[in-house]
Amino acid sequence: MSARDRILGKLRAAAPAQTPVEPDVAGYYARHTLQHALPARLAHFSHMMRAVHTEVIYTRADSWPQALAARAAQAGWRHVLLAPNTAHGARAAQALQGLATPPQLKSYDRPIDDWKAELFHDVDAAFTTTRAGIAETGTLIVWPDADEPRAMSLVPPVHIALFDASRLYENFYQAVSTEGWANGLPTNSLLISGPSKTADIQQTLAYGAHGPRELIVLAIVPDDIDLAELEAAQ
Amino acid sequence: MSTHPITVHPARSFKANSHDAVNDPHLRKSFRGAMDFLMAKRAAQFPDHNELEALRSLGETVRQRCLAKLPQLLEKLEAQLTANGVKVHWAETPEEANAIIHGLIAARNGKLAVKGKSMVSEETELNHYLEAHGVQAVESDMGEYIVQLAGEKPSHIIMPAIHKTKAQIATLFHDNIPAAPYTEDVDELIQLGRNALRGMYLKADVGISGVNFAVAETGTLCLVENEGNGRMCTTVPDMHIAITGIEKVVEKLSDVIPLYSILPRSATGQAITTYFNMISRPRQPGEKDGPREVHLVLLDNGRSQAYADEQLRKTLQCIRCGACMNHCPVYSRIGGHAYGTVYPGPIGKIISPHMLGLNDTQDLPTASSLCGACGEVCPVRIPIPEMLMRLREEAARDPEEKVPHPLAGQGAAYSPQLARVWSLWRTVYSRPALYRAFSWLATRLRVFTPRRQLGWTVHRTPLTPAKQSLHELVRQRQSSR
Amino acid sequence: MHATPAPARPGDVYFFGTCLLDLFLPEAGLDAMTLLEREGVRVHFPQAQSCCGQPAFTSGQPGEAREVARSQLGLFDQPWPIVVPSGSCGGMIKHHWPTLFAGDADEARACAVAGRVVEFADFLLNVLRIELRDQGKPTKVAVHTSCSARREMNTHVHGWALVDQLAQVERVVHDHESECCGFGGVFSLRHPDISGAMVSDKSAALQDSGAVEFVTADGGCLLNINGKLAHDGKAFRGKHLASFLLERTGGKA
Repeated sequence: MSARDRILGKLRAAAPAQTPVEPDVAGYYARHTLQHALPARLAHFSHMMRAVHTEVIYTRADSWPQALAARAAQAGWRHVLLAPNTAHGARAAQALQGLATPPQLKSYDRPIDDWKAELFHDVDAAFTTTRAGIAETGTLIVWPDADEPRAMSLVPPVHIALFDASRLYENFYQAVSTEGWANGLPTNSLLISGPSKTADIQQTLAYGAHGPRELIVLAIVPDDIDLAELEAAQ
Repeated sequence: MSTHPITVHPARSFKANSHDAVNDPHLRKSFRGAMDFLMAKRAAQFPDHNELEALRSLGETVRQRCLAKLPQLLEKLEAQLTANGVKVHWAETPEEANAIIHGLIAARNGKLAVKGKSMVSEETELNHYLEAHGVQAVESDMGEYIVQLAGEKPSHIIMPAIHKTKAQIATLFHDNIPAAPYTEDVDELIQLGRNALRGMYLKADVGISGVNFAVAETGTLCLVENEGNGRMCTTVPDMHIAITGIEKVVEKLSDVIPLYSILPRSATGQAITTYFNMISRPRQPGEKDGPREVHLVLLDNGRSQAYADEQLRKTLQCIRCGACMNHCPVYSRIGGHAYGTVYPGPIGKIISPHMLGLNDTQDLPTASSLCGACGEVCPVRIPIPEMLMRLREEAARDPEEKVPHPLAGQGAAYSPQLARVWSLWRTVYSRPALYRAFSWLATRLRVFTPRRQLGWTVHRTPLTPAKQSLHELVRQRQSSR
Repeated sequence: MHATPAPARPGDVYFFGTCLLDLFLPEAGLDAMTLLEREGVRVHFPQAQSCCGQPAFTSGQPGEAREVARSQLGLFDQPWPIVVPSGSCGGMIKHHWPTLFAGDADEARACAVAGRVVEFADFLLNVLRIELRDQGKPTKVAVHTSCSARREMNTHVHGWALVDQLAQVERVVHDHESECCGFGGVFSLRHPDISGAMVSDKSAALQDSGAVEFVTADGGCLLNINGKLAHDGKAFRGKHLASFLLERTGGKA
């Protein structure tokens, strides 16, 4: 008899016969989900994100490439990793190449095995999109794919995340249920709530433990929301 | 780094360990400070008492439903993961788990494993096993890395190096990381660790991790972390081996949501961790990173013993947040190493007897004043004090007594003399005439009260009966009216 | 805290003195009875009472605990409240007797008794609605609440409320007030090092609080902390809440 059969046998012999009480997860979140309008949700998202050392830049659908380029110029990144095959990647590349001293652009066009050392040592920042956000906890939902693989939001010291703020859920439950995640998840899916950090040395918080030291969120705010009011709502 | 001996504190010497610990002022001060800090941070996360209680009840119901269906859910998890391309392995004992993991690494001639945080791999002492078989295993969680460099074991399940000072870590890094300068600056120390471990991710043949929740519905392994080392271990090497206890399976993806909501808030007082990493399959054609092979090792190691008993099954509700130890007045006095078990604190006292047997752990369930702080903060409402009393009962039970679900080491603390003392106590206290005679004697012979009363008088004056009992004083008062 | 409907003020109560008070702190038991009587309540003390069974129950001897508890079941025939001057013993009866007797022939009787148990401070405050008139000099006291009283009986708020009724008494908060004093029954015998460390910290916190003395409504905690203070040669002491309240309101000579 295999270990599997022995373990399952022991458990089956002991499992209770009566039907257990079904937890009412949906009911709990129906009662505990706030119904804030987008500006309030977005203000809370930014508050939570900034509280854990994330830089949130409010921008617009037509001007975010310029905001990205300005931030890149300010930081002086020399090597930026992005996905030129995607629409947002192409716009980002165009804006960055327009800088007076443009960074060298890299793309994740080979399996990691073929350029591990370069990825680890010669990329200053990576630019990716995000799937959605969660207001309650200040969280980005990222589903890496062939164009923007998993390591892009992990290995380079800076991660710049493009976030369509109209896709901001109130909480994790709303995201999972609205998007029907139970029907299938990708190879890897992530919630990201700030840059990498640790408090393992005498409870002292330090950023950039293993992943990015900096997380920069380029939040594309719908045109009907006033940016100055949004900042003031913080 | 592998040449350091591991400092072992077996649970059998708990009393000696705790004696040393309470007499170490540095340890007392550092644990007290750290636990106060964590308690305050947790409290700040739950300003709304009603929300907390509702969430705890939901968490409890979720965990109890998953445990009630445990065998079916494990089969479903296995089927779903297999369909996703993840290979599932089963191990009854730590030895079996280690052999499976080593076999997988050896099959690709692997020499270096990087490890994300996994308490289950501490149960199996996997690092030792791998090193003995020619595979270097490097802990990559910053705290675990520190503890490994020091040749020690974690003293807390969430903050493994909580007992270490900056200066001790500075020395460790200076001595062990090539070209590392001596610095006590925490940011600089973290950078030193980061750079050293990044070198390891690049070279590693395999990444090993634990699992926080395994979702049967979707075949998904969920990992909770702040540092990103868990993501590194499960993204960069070409093979990922996850190891977890059989109780970690949940039925639905939506089950994870309340549990993940309450876990970091209870553990470290964070609203959420930096990363929640959901892994559902190995690298797919066209994808450019992630391991090509993913394995899950499901370990029993005594869990099925706890499962067999309806009351003790609740032990398995645990989601490993560590809040019980953060709030425990015993843990904060003696720290994690004194327990001599992988899991210290209140949860350690109730789970270790199933893993190690009561012979080795009989002193753990009694090392509690039953103050109830652990049960009060447990995010899934494990009634820890009840479990402690039950384990005391099983340890004190006659080893020959037949019970439906005997525990390993039943009767480890059984003593015929002690049983007779309790039997005598019962006889006296359940018969009013005897009790009256006893209390008359005790009060009249009070000058002969022993000056030494077991452990009591180590720190206190002897307990001495009053001149007259309350029974007697009441009788006198009534007759004088 | 809990909005319990105001119970009718009973004319009679049973008093369950507890084994610790009986042998070691009988004055505290007597003071509690005097306070109740002063409020116009007839106090009945069944002479056949001994112990709630807690020492054996927490030592892994539920069988012995049950037999001692069983011997107490017949002592409370009238439907009167049963006042217990100790939160942990009260909690034992109220919350653990029902499980201790689960499936036993005496389960219904045990549950009926358990349902009538009221902790002493709770009874004074919420049933008798006592109004204390302080007759003492200005002083400062710290309050220590036993853990089971706090967690099973919620009595820390009752103790505070009673002390706060005393006009000349300033209630001071001590460091880690909600933390255990390290008694825990047999725990203090089996793990003297840990229990000793806990009672050392507790007695230091109480002394550093600025209080002149401390009060508690639990005999075990009182014996533990006072035993430690005496062992260390300190003059600082604690007393049972009942004795303190009686003393402040002119009930003790």
